[in-house]
Amino acid sequence: MNHISPVIWQFLSHWLHNFPLFPPEASAIAPQMDALYFFMVLVSLVGLTLVVLLVVGFSILYSKERHPKAVQIEGSTLLEATWTIIPLGLFLVMFVWGALLYFRIYTPPANAMNIYVVGKQWMWKIEHPGGQHEIDELHIPTGQPIQLTLISQDVFHSFSIPAFRVKREVIPGRYTTVWFEATKVGTYHLFCTQYCGTGHSQMIGWVVVMSPEDFRKWLANSTSGDSLAQNGERLFASLSCNACHNTQPDARGPNLVGVYGSQLTLANGETVTADDAYLRQAILDPSQHVTQGYTPIMPTYQGQISEDGVIALVEYLKNLKTDYRLQQTLNTTEIPPQIEQKAGTAAGQKPAPPTSGGQGEVKP
Amino acid sequence: MSDSTAIANGAAAAVDEGHHGEHPPYQRHHFESVTQQFDATNFAMWLFLLTEIMFFGGLFTAYLIMRNWYYPAFVEGSHHLSIFWGTSNTAVLITSSFTMAMGVWCAETRRKSGLILCLVLTFVLGIMFLCIKGIEWHAEWVDHHVPGLRYTVSDFLNPALDPEVYHEYHDKPLSLGMADKTEMYFFLYFAMTGMHALHMVVGISILVFMIFRARQGAYTTGHITFVENFGLYWHFVDIIWIFLFPLLYLVSRHG
Amino acid sequence: MSSTIVSLPDQSTARIPKVNFLTKENGLLSWLLTGDHKRIATLYLISITFFFFIGGALAGLIRLELLTPQSDLMAADTYNKVFTMHGLIMIFFFLVPSVPATIGNFVIPMMVGAKDLALPKINLLSWYLYIAAGILMIYTMASGGVDTGWTFTTPLSTHYLNTNVIPAGLAVFIAGFSSIFTGLNFIVTIHKMRCPGMTWFRLPLFVWSNYAASILMVLGTPVLAITLVLVVLERTIHIGVFDPQYGGDPLLFQHLFWFYSHPAVYIMILPGMGVISEVISTFSRKRVFGYTAVAFSSVAIAVFGFFVWAHHMFIMGISNYAALVFSLLTMLVAVPSAIKIFNWAFTLYKGSITFETPMLYAIGFMGLFTIGGMTGVFLGATGTDIHLTETYFVVAHFHFVMVGGMLMAFLSGIHFWWPKWTGRMYPEKISQFAAVTTYIGFNLTFFPQFILGTLGMPRRYAAYPPEFQVLNVFSTAGASVLGVGYLLPVLYLTWSLKYGAIAGNNPWQATGLEWQVQSPPLTENFPEIPVMDHEAYDYEWLERQQAKEVASVG
Repeated sequence: MNHISPVIWQFLSHWLHNFPLFPPEASAIAPQMDALYFFMVLVSLVGLTLVVLLVVGFSILYSKERHPKAVQIEGSTLLEATWTIIPLGLFLVMFVWGALLYFRIYTPPANAMNIYVVGKQWMWKIEHPGGQHEIDELHIPTGQPIQLTLISQDVFHSFSIPAFRVKREVIPGRYTTVWFEATKVGTYHLFCTQYCGTGHSQMIGWVVVMSPEDFRKWLANSTSGDSLAQNGERLFASLSCNACHNTQPDARGPNLVGVYGSQLTLANGETVTADDAYLRQAILDPSQHVTQGYTPIMPTYQGQISEDGVIALVEYLKNLKTDYRLQQTLNTTEIPPQIEQKAGTAAGQKPAPPTSGGQGEVKP
Repeated sequence: MSDSTAIANGAAAAVDEGHHGEHPPYQRHHFESVTQQFDATNFAMWLFLLTEIMFFGGLFTAYLIMRNWYYPAFVEGSHHLSIFWGTSNTAVLITSSFTMAMGVWCAETRRKSGLILCLVLTFVLGIMFLCIKGIEWHAEWVDHHVPGLRYTVSDFLNPALDPEVYHEYHDKPLSLGMADKTEMYFFLYFAMTGMHALHMVVGISILVFMIFRARQGAYTTGHITFVENFGLYWHFVDIIWIFLFPLLYLVSRHG
Repeated sequence: MSSTIVSLPDQSTARIPKVNFLTKENGLLSWLLTGDHKRIATLYLISITFFFFIGGALAGLIRLELLTPQSDLMAADTYNKVFTMHGLIMIFFFLVPSVPATIGNFVIPMMVGAKDLALPKINLLSWYLYIAAGILMIYTMASGGVDTGWTFTTPLSTHYLNTNVIPAGLAVFIAGFSSIFTGLNFIVTIHKMRCPGMTWFRLPLFVWSNYAASILMVLGTPVLAITLVLVVLERTIHIGVFDPQYGGDPLLFQHLFWFYSHPAVYIMILPGMGVISEVISTFSRKRVFGYTAVAFSSVAIAVFGFFVWAHHMFIMGISNYAALVFSLLTMLVAVPSAIKIFNWAFTLYKGSITFETPMLYAIGFMGLFTIGGMTGVFLGATGTDIHLTETYFVVAHFHFVMVGGMLMAFLSGIHFWWPKWTGRMYPEKISQFAAVTTYIGFNLTFFPQFILGTLGMPRRYAAYPPEFQVLNVFSTAGASVLGVGYLLPVLYLTWSLKYGAIAGNNPWQATGLEWQVQSPPLTENFPEIPVMDHEAYDYEWLERQQAKEVASVG
């Protein structure tokens, strides 16, 4: 038989398309993971076949009728060594290969575009840095590494895109990240895969992968309101962060210009990198994160800002690269002197919001 | 005694003792000899104590992690415990371990009244421990340091509010974020001392049972297994306290 | 030449021995206050069968719901309760006590040559704790259920659910102590009550496996106990070590929980592996190939099993380096299981094999456990775990090892020791039919779930995208076949109590000490403590014994 009948071929390909055994490969890492997966399937098949052959073969060859008298054999050190070392070797290959993949998936490249995801019962809130907000949908371009910074507002969730072969737990209280690069235009499933209560199976959506131009168009069309950084600026002012974090030489708090990504020395001598997680912690639990040379008087904002608010603040700080920029923020939001005084005295009392000037005008 | 010699002795003892029926009345029928019975039950008690170590281990793990993260809060929380009562309790419990060990010796040497005295003393000391613990817990209640039920952080935001402790340690005021973590310290304090106290209650109840049985002469006829194994349990509860005391009470208490 | 090794006494004259552990004393109290390990094993057998069918009914409800993509059979909340209760009951009230508390309790004292376990009263207490826990769990179900998932993940279980989390947690806590006491009893018995001549390496491998599982029970379960206490405390006073709002860490719960729950799976499988050793040896008429390797593998699994827990947490934000360490250790723990499979396979080599029901289940075990074990390696490699974790791939994996592995081993053991337990044989033809039915039903139920998982279908979903329906339908169809396969043994085993053939002492012509006494055994097992003067699985010794008997009767 040197060719398969066209009818059978049609049937087979129709069948494979409609009953796939694995999801589409829509990210750069997907084929790499599938390669390891298929290696494992192969090894399992070989192993299973071997065990089945041994068991079935011996059962037939040495059934009571064929082999009435059993021969007592103690064992064989050589065989023990063989079936210890070969499985161990194969498992170690899988370990190394898997570890390489794991590090690749959980170590984002420097040029990754960051998108924030806040999971809550029972939906996904996706926030593009330009201010586009999506619920249960994630629009992304092909060919661009994308990092997701994930956090939960309530319980554990898990953000899963099977077509990309990525998944990451979404935890309350700290950021987790995952990155990928989409390679194929299309629409793919997005699932929550960590049981989170009543609406767990409803917490699903779509990842819409578009070509870069289509993505730019989409971004332009869906901008509503300010970017995350602008929202963050607004919050920075309304929460009176600038009462202490300003450009004055005797300011009570460190100047936050350029803080993102920098190395900070804390009051306890530790050196940390001021990344998203650090900044979030510093806002919500400042007593642990006092920069050296400053007193621990920053009040905690736990309970006063939502995770969305924290994300906006972090985005603002990421974009705060010059004193001039900070000055712009300060200029548009004046703080009356009596409020400033109060903010400096009693520790543990939150500063009152500015009563004059209010939100001010925020320049884009 | 290694297992094989125990088994060998067990077999020999069974042979010596002849048939079924010629063994001490307290030897259970599934054991071949008194030695085997004692060995087995003793080993079982050690194993049980091992499970208790793993049980408390979970609490200790949580404590060590939280203390590592929130050390200043743990320092100031610890300063608010009474070192006087804590040390007294330690002395009480160590003494009770001594009286318990004396009790075991009395049982071994068949001193019935001595055994009863030792058990009663251990019982009394155990009750004293629980009373002191009650005093301490009451003090925490009064001070509003009971997490979840009655808690404020004002003592930690402004340590001068508690003159006794402030005079001793001159603690600095904590920021609100860190002061909030003192509730975590007290949660662990109550969880660990509470779990320990529960074990004390169980021990004391068994002591009451034992005092009655000792008066009937049950432990001074050569069958001391119960007393000895209970002694192990009592010493274990003591040792847990020996770890709890420095961890909870002695956080940065110099000067 | 007959193709069976069954050797029964002459049925026209054979009788069940008048005095045995079942007839020794009568009345309810003699059972409820018994110290006899065999009676306690019987009590356990009835209890766990009861819970198995409750768990099985819940499984049936799950599969019925999953016939259609929509959540149309029951409300999502109800479905969540159903799968939670299915997991809790199957794990804590069936799998963990299954082989140890029933078969282990029954047979271990006889295997070591003792008259009972070391601590009979603790054994009885263990059963009462199990029953108390069971009643509390039934109360939990009847009064509204619990929907945390069997994993009690915080902060969902501590702050976001209004269901019966506390009773469920307490039920598991109590069941845990039942398990600890069983394990403790076994360890003491095996160390201190072996009969003269019974050295460690003359013990049957069933004893080694249960010994290893007992170490896990004794050291691991207390950590679960304290973790549940902390969850209950946090739920009642609203502050605790797992809540990020108060400075706690939900990941701490994960570490503490999985520190027990990973060894728990080895608690579940090791005793089953012990059964397989006994059965394969008996039905090949051969000493287990590589006895020492199999014995040490059991202990190795127990030891390594304590160091791999975070492989349940690879995607939860643990550091990449921690993930590496745990992945490596996971690969190491997989090796002893592979060693055992090959040793069992080679036990068949040059044996004289027959295929009675226990052997059919054992052979089924070999294939299904191999698949289950290998798919564990898929999950143990960090890279593939990212894609496969929290999907139906995991569900398929653990059902392959627990149901295709452990449950088949349990059924193998029940059929193997049934004649010793009751004095009667089960009906062979229908039991073989049930075994094959179970095997087919199982594969049809759970193999499609591997594919579903690879495709990305998440676990614990009441509703799913329509493209997953076909595989789900296959799975449910298989489940109905599986249900038949599990129902049949209850029926015919009960039937056999009255109508089964009289078994005699040693219908399988097996070598263990338990087969040298009457069926059912005396309360004290042995009139006199035996002296062990031969190796385990010594079929030549057995032949000499049988020759002596024949010679001395005439």
